[in-house]
Parts: sequence; C-alpha cells; structure tokens
Amino acid sequence: MAGGLTYTAIDSTSLSTAEIYGQALVELGEAHPEVVALTADLAKSTKIGEFQKKFPDRFFNVGIAEQNMFGVAAGMARAGLVPFLSTFSQFASFRSADQLHTDLCYQNVNAKVIATHSGTSFGQAGSTHHAICDLAVVRSIPNLTVICPADGVETYNAVMAAYETPGPFYIRINRGFDRVLYKDSNYGFELGKAVTVHEGTDLTIIATGSCVFQAWEAAQFLDQNDGLKIRVLDMHTIKPIDKEAIIKAVMDTRRIITVEDHNVIGGLGSAVAEVMAEAGKGCAFKKLGHQDAFAPIGLHEDIMNAVGIDSNGIINAVRETMKMDFEEDDNWDDEV
Amino acid sequence: MPLSKAEWLALEKKVHELRMLTLDTTKWAGSGHIGGGMSALDVMTVLYHKYMKIDVQNPKWEDRDRFILSKGHVGIAYAPLLCDLGFNDKEMLKTFNLSNSKMGMHLDSNKIVGVDASTGSLGHGMSIAVGTALAARVTGKDFKTYVLLGDGECDEGSNWEAAMSAAHYKTTNMISFVDRNKCMIDGRTEDVMRLEPLADKWASFGFEVKVIDGNNIKEICEAVDEALANTSDKPYMIILDTIKGCGIDYMEDNYTWHYGAIDEDNYNKAKASLEKFYEKRIARVEKEAE
Repeated sequence: MAGGLTYTAIDSTSLSTAEIYGQALVELGEAHPEVVALTADLAKSTKIGEFQKKFPDRFFNVGIAEQNMFGVAAGMARAGLVPFLSTFSQFASFRSADQLHTDLCYQNVNAKVIATHSGTSFGQAGSTHHAICDLAVVRSIPNLTVICPADGVETYNAVMAAYETPGPFYIRINRGFDRVLYKDSNYGFELGKAVTVHEGTDLTIIATGSCVFQAWEAAQFLDQNDGLKIRVLDMHTIKPIDKEAIIKAVMDTRRIITVEDHNVIGGLGSAVAEVMAEAGKGCAFKKLGHQDAFAPIGLHEDIMNAVGIDSNGIINAVRETMKMDFEEDDNWDDEV
Repeated sequence: MPLSKAEWLALEKKVHELRMLTLDTTKWAGSGHIGGGMSALDVMTVLYHKYMKIDVQNPKWEDRDRFILSKGHVGIAYAPLLCDLGFNDKEMLKTFNLSNSKMGMHLDSNKIVGVDASTGSLGHGMSIAVGTALAARVTGKDFKTYVLLGDGECDEGSNWEAAMSAAHYKTTNMISFVDRNKCMIDGRTEDVMRLEPLADKWASFGFEVKVIDGNNIKEICEAVDEALANTSDKPYMIILDTIKGCGIDYMEDNYTWHYGAIDEDNYNKAKASLEKFYEKRIARVEKEAE
C-alpha cells in the first residue's frame, strides 16, 4: 500500500466516499510531488478541495470543459506528472470519451480518472446526471483499468492501487455516503481479484459498487430465512475481471446473479456472461441492473429499490433463480 | 536573432529535401495527406532545425522542447522529418501506411521515436500542449511546447476550451500555430464552416496573435523570435497563411488534394514542380537575405 493510513468503518460513516477519495489524494499529494489534481468546476462536488488548499500550484480547475481537462492531463502525464482527474462519471465517460480513448488510453499515460456520482447515486438529478452506461464505454477501451469500489474504504484502496500501478485508470465512485461494507482497509484488496464477502454454495451473487452491500445483506437474510447459502463476490475490478472467481462460482454453485447500478448491457453482467460463455460452461444466470431503461428520479436507495438492485430485489431474484433447472450433479450434458 | 543568409539557405535546402521525401513517402504509401503536409512543412522544418532543443540520441530527454502535431493527419510529412533527423530509420518510410508497419497515417507516439503525442482525432493537440506547458511549470523546467493546428481543425470546440485554459493559465511557455491553408476535406474552409475573422477569434480568447506568410522561412523565423521574446502574459498564436500543396503546382490551393494518390505520372510532375519551386525560393533568398 502506498498510504500509511488504515481507513476504518468509522471513517466511512463520518466521511462520504468522495471525501475519503479527497483525503487519499491529499495523502498521495504529500508523499509524491508529481501528483496533480484536475477538475472541471467540480472541486467541491468531487471533494478535492483539501488538495486545492494544500497544493494550489498542483491543482487545476479547467472550468466546465471536460474534453480539455482530459487532454491537459494527457500532456501532463507525458511530461512526468501523475494527474488525478475528477468529474462526474457521466461526463468522464461520455463528454470526453474521445480524449479518454485517445489521449489517455491509446497513449497509455499514467493518469487516473476518478469518476464520481456514478450509477444513480445522484438520483434526483435525473438521467442527465445518472451514469448507467459508462462501464459499457470505458470497459471496451484498451489499456484502461476499470474499478467500481463497494464503499469508501475500498475506494481508498482503489485510489492507492491506481497510484501504484502505471497506466490509465477509471475509478467509479458514488455521490454521498455508501453503506459500509468493510471494517477497515486491511482486507486484502488486490486489483483484478474479487473479494468473497459472504461464502456459500447454493448460488453466487457477483456484485459491484453500491450493490455489494445490498447483496451481502440479502445473503444474510436468505441464510436466516430460507436456509440458503449464498456466495457474494465483490467484483470491484470490472477490467481486468477476475475470470477465475467467475468460473469457480459456475462450478461450485451453478447459479449466478450479477448486480450493478448500471445498464445490464455492457457492464458487470455482460462481463461475467462473456467469461462464462467463453469457458463453455452454462449455468442459471440472471443480470440485475437497469433493464435497458433510463432510471426514474429519486433518492439513490429508492431508485435501487425501484430497479430491483437493493437487498429486496436481490432476495426475490435469488428465490426465482433457485427454481431454475440446474442440478447439483457433475453431469453437464443435460444442461449445456 | 536575424536569420543569416547561410542559415536561410540551409533551411530552404532542408525543407526542399523534406518536401521531396514527403512526396516519395506518399508514392511508397500509394496515397496520403500530401496537401496539408506540404503546407505545414516549412514551419515544422524551421522549428526542428532552428529552434527546438532536442537530442536524437536521447529522445525522451526530460528537458527537450516538445512539438505537438495537432493536425495529426500530416504524419506523411512529419514522419520524413523525424526519420531525416535520425529518430527512426529512413527505410521505415517505405512502409508508411502499409499493413504491419509501425508507421500509420497518424503517428503513434509509443511506436515512432520523437513523436511527443499521438494525434489524429482533431481538436486534441492544444489541450495536450497546455498540459505539457503546465507540467513544465510544475516541475520547474524551462522547455518550450510548440503546437500546430490545422485551420479546418479550428471548427472543433475543444480547441476553444484549450484556448481559454492557455490564456487563463498564461502558458507563455507554449507557442501555437494554425496552418491556415484554407482547405478542408469537403471544400474551402469558408464554404464548409466560416472561420474568419480567425485572428480576431484567437485574440479575443486572450492570445497575442500574429499573421504571417506561413510558407516563408524568413517570416516564420521572425515570428518565432518575436514569440520567444514575448514578455506579455498572453500565450502566442502564429497564424500561418499557407498554400495547401505548397510547391506542387497542380495541388496548390486545391482542396481535393487534402488526401490524394500518387502514380508515376503525378510523381514526376510533382518532382519537377518541387525543383522549380526550390529554385524560386533560393532566388528569393539571394534577393532578400541580409
């Protein structure tokens, strides 16, 4: 770990996820003079104001001009700086997609995009500010590592890992407070490796971002009320995805549900499906997320409930999937 | 520093050689963005051969001056220049645009030595230049960043985002150019999307602006000298009034030569025209040199 601090659940309840990012950035800024921060008039919203105060000469607010911010960052990175770019996910992935693709990823520069207000976490702002298609875009860009942390503590780990790993990163975090999943940052976070947050053999829920906590809560409920043993994987790294954990889940549990605050096209569910299909192994499979529809307006938790990606929606989906015909034998001939 | 006659003649000779090599490269490739390459070669040659602090043996030297070719499609002229300097093997030019070559139409900075940024998608270069100039400031280095835009490229809104930021951050350690050859793929710039008054646009965005004959070595040198001596807090923009296809009579000022194919007949005519053009330019030096 680059950072000397251990973030705990207490930090996570007193600081929003972006505030933890803001602190991590200050920590990196103190240790590494080449770290610079950029934003497009969203310093306050993306919580990097502390970096601005401490390092005014290494802070650049380019105004409401995301395309320019990405190009400027690419120039800086090629000249030896390590820029952290902060703006909303929707703008980071769409407004400046060409600069992300060409200036950052094609050139393979050492720049880190911290895409805040991801999914429907800025719920009341409506679909102009929801980012439910960003993963589909960024996941397909070569050289780019894509992370969707489950909570504030994991965001800290992701930011530190991004600093330590050369190349472009896209880290997608939520607005406001996330439900706290991890007690502290020492739980063995590793890029590209899913974290098993609940063990089980009946079905595996592969979740990312804010949906991991919901899946974990659902797994506990199903254990107590339905006697089901549900494995929950925190798939924080969307690319490169943990193929091994996915195949193991297919083999061990024969039922998989993916959950994401993103369209079911192009995001986590698609990534998992690609791995399964390529492995030549089928299993009962359900993708929870936005069903190719723009989300309603509302509080994040209300949208998650409406879309069926909160614990209630996940519990219902698990019960349905348990009825699907995939047997617990070793004979795959009747199933593939 | 005034341009000496010997230096002027040497630059004329170099740019002539590079025009010839660009023509050869276009022939080897079968086709290419030769029109814009010819209009841009004078400024690129002057920068690399007179002004830029570079080290061919140490291409990633941290203190080197940078050149961002925002109009990345004229790689057909930039690649010959970089190969001629010795950054890459000249033989590579024979593979330009061919399958499995490292040298594509738009040069890849991770594959072609000496290229400071991978460009091609228009409207990116000036932002990259602003970032490079700001990085020099953050790291306390005194290198210069030069950026060359196409005029058609100025249609892209992202340039104006970059322009605002250059003026806002007072990036006087970068010098910008627009290759104003007045042509783009679909026609004349003023017919496709009016740019004029272009100098006023840049001035209103906070630049010191100078309009010069961009196919005149002496005028380019004088403008760059002036830009380097700029003591205002405004970034510098030099609008190069150029001729598309400059030096090849049948291509000159003809937008259909934005991208074109070269066969044996075309090639011979172009070569003869470039020789005549060189003679004329030398005669001008003889007449005008101090």
